[in-house]
Amino acid sequence: MNARRREPAGQRRSRGHSSPPRGSASTRSTAPVPFDVDQLIDDPGTRIIVCCGSGGVGKTTTAAALGLRAAERGRSVVVLTIDPARRLAQALGLDELDNIPRPVAGSDGAGRLDAMMLDMKRTFDEVVEGHANPVKAQQILENPFYVALSSSFAGTQEYMAMEKLGQLHAQTEAEASWDLIIVDTPPSRSALDFLDAPEHLASLLDGRFVRMLLAPARGPARLLSVGLGVVTSALNKVLGAQVLTDMQTFIAACDTLFGGFRQRAEATYALLQASGTAFVVVATPEPDALREATYFVERLGSEHMPLAGLVVNRVQAEAVPAVSASAAERAAQQLVDQTGEQHEVAAGLLLIQAERARQRQRQDRLRKGFAGAHPEVPTVGVVALAGDVHDLDGLRQVGDLLAAG
Amino acid sequence: MSDWPRVRLHVVTGKGGTGKTTVAAALALGLARGGRQVLLCEVEGRQGIARLFDVEPLPYEERLLAVAPGGGEVRALAIDAEAALLEYLDMYYRLGRAGRALDRFGVIDFATTIAPGVRDVLLSGKVFEAYRRRARDGHPVYDHVVLDAPPTGRIPRFLNVNAEVAGIAKVGPIRKQADSIMQVLQSRGTAVHLVTLLEDMPVQETADAIGELTAAELPVGGVVVNQARSTPLTATTRKAVAAGTMNADELVPALEQAGLDRLDTSTSTVAQQLLSGATDHVHRLDLEERLMDEVDGLERPVYRLPQLGEGIDLAALYELADALCEQGMA
Ligand SMILES: Nc1ncnc2c1ncn2[C@@H]1O[C@H](COP(=O)(O)OP(=O)(O)OP(=O)(O)O)[C@@H](O)[C@H]1O
Ligand SMILES: Nc1ncnc2c1ncn2[C@@H]1O[C@H](COP(=O)(O)OP(=O)(O)OP(=O)(O)O)[C@@H](O)[C@H]1O
Ligand SMILES: [Mg+2]
Ligand SMILES: [Mg+2]
Repeated sequence: MNARRREPAGQRRSRGHSSPPRGSASTRSTAPVPFDVDQLIDDPGTRIIVCCGSGGVGKTTTAAALGLRAAERGRSVVVLTIDPARRLAQALGLDELDNIPRPVAGSDGAGRLDAMMLDMKRTFDEVVEGHANPVKAQQILENPFYVALSSSFAGTQEYMAMEKLGQLHAQTEAEASWDLIIVDTPPSRSALDFLDAPEHLASLLDGRFVRMLLAPARGPARLLSVGLGVVTSALNKVLGAQVLTDMQTFIAACDTLFGGFRQRAEATYALLQASGTAFVVVATPEPDALREATYFVERLGSEHMPLAGLVVNRVQAEAVPAVSASAAERAAQQLVDQTGEQHEVAAGLLLIQAERARQRQRQDRLRKGFAGAHPEVPTVGVVALAGDVHDLDGLRQVGDLLAAG
Repeated sequence: MSDWPRVRLHVVTGKGGTGKTTVAAALALGLARGGRQVLLCEVEGRQGIARLFDVEPLPYEERLLAVAPGGGEVRALAIDAEAALLEYLDMYYRLGRAGRALDRFGVIDFATTIAPGVRDVLLSGKVFEAYRRRARDGHPVYDHVVLDAPPTGRIPRFLNVNAEVAGIAKVGPIRKQADSIMQVLQSRGTAVHLVTLLEDMPVQETADAIGELTAAELPVGGVVVNQARSTPLTATTRKAVAAGTMNADELVPALEQAGLDRLDTSTSTVAQQLLSGATDHVHRLDLEERLMDEVDGLERPVYRLPQLGEGIDLAALYELADALCEQGMA
């Protein structure tokens, strides 16, 4: 698993070139394959959909819209959301944070829609309680390091999202409760964090340093390398002696958990590679988001994780296809020059068109760049709605746009 | 005259993707005018500053990044926790070898992951050091330090270093370090500025962050409304479009006049499409205005930066710096 450790950004790109091409990559045109979302959600073989992407691109919206659409088309769906916008959470009935899925009122059709919002700390606490005896569990839960770790957002949220996905999946197997799990991913700056953070945390928690710290507690002096004395004294100087003691207590208490951490991370990883899993990568037509999407797509390839397609969200709608940005601008100028204020309304509308068409051109160029590098990735664009998406009607509308391509 | 005459440490936060790095850079350029020395720092290992200025990735070293009118200079520094810790150990304990051993054993990675507060103290500790650094003549080396900070979701924790390490270290050097950083952060020499877009979530997060920062007694600065939209419509037109009382056919003569009657699409269709585009635009403006009212309701100084159509390059940064100076932020 060490091969999966985080790599410097510069290396990500080169690695992707070695990933096997998918789909119909033979075509030279930069027009991407359309992403057939309905085919994906209607396929009973699709059991898990993971919505990934960089911060703020529309992961939660896409996850919820796909969930609603799939349910209304007959699937039994559970959506695991992470930090949804407040109004959307209310619309999904997620006001109550109890870390278990609840039915969503207002979804129509044959299927069923349940939704939940991840409670990171609670999920972590439950892992601890499930793996340690009550006395030991209590020790861990009260340790200052555990408290810091379980409420920190650096990696823990990703880790717990994976953990919850594993739990929901197990529940699905046991009770046949849902036939489709849709997971949202945390608002991290990089989409790759979702894949890297759990492994990073797991490898730390049962890594070299932990074994080293545990060594004195366990006795065998052979594990005491020459460096350890230097290390502990350095740590003592910086952190104070008490901190090291706390850290050792935490680690000793967690001892029973470590194998578990690693095993669980591995099991979820395997689940993400399974054929019933589909990754939906979400991006906005902006340079940063598309760059992140590129890294992520390439990474999925090298991890043999199944990519279903790319959603380019919040695309500028094409208002007047026949009038380009420059034509609109010229026309507006001409009206002002020739008729003064007589046609100022039309001139204003033309200037709006000029601005929109320019945005759209810029976005199309960026999308072409992505498609040029990865023509095999099925892609669908979703236009930017005038307001944000905060109720079931809005989600339905996004679902329609996703399906219409 | 700047609205922040006493402030030397400008912390720039906001929801992810709202423009923190862009605004921090523009602010640094603005503050550097008239011969000032400014340090622009980032702490998340993302090389956002290097990407913005289109230069090689920044090392853990203060590098000249840009100059400002009147001889001012902006230097940049990408702070990473490992390097900051090694430097700290070396400076205070002369722990050269042991420091490297820490790194080799993965101790730093471990300690800063399971105790994120420690990482934050190391990061803000370096900012604090640059802020306090003095030249031989006793003057601060940097007139201003601008921090491209973590996003609003993490900022209260990041800045509230004291509370963060309190759970872990009750005594000892790291605790002492946290205390002195906290003193500076809570002083009048610091302002935490918030960048937002006129969209629901960023505005909501801005409001939440102001509440949390205030509760932690951290000095809230201004709110920067970034990528604000403008409109070519007159107030009357805008009203008519919003009310839906405008008849697309009335536009036809104008389109003919402008030579738009010789397209493949009929002039009346073009007129309808123009109107529907304008309707979207006006809805968006209405939404933005509602959100602008919410921002005004936060009762903080507000600065507006326009949306620049062609993306952000150096020229655009100077333009944004101008706007910040004109409005009194720098
Ligand atoms: N197609 C769209 N048109 C208009 N608004 C949209 C669209 N898609 C998403 N939004 C809005 O954009 C905002 C961000 O969306 P969302 O919360 O889904 O993003 P996210 O990727 O989950 O963000 P985070 O990384 O913070 O979790 C929300 O306010 C949402 O309503
Ligand atoms: N005033 C503006 N006009 C046009 N584009 C802008 C403006 N401000 C920022 N942008 C663009 O918006 C994007 C996000 O900006 P930036 O990287 O500064 O945000 P950020 O808050 O630092 O993001 P992150 O949370 O990822 O660090 C960039 O592509 C940037 O070029
Ligand atoms: Mg989200
Ligand atoms: Mg940034």
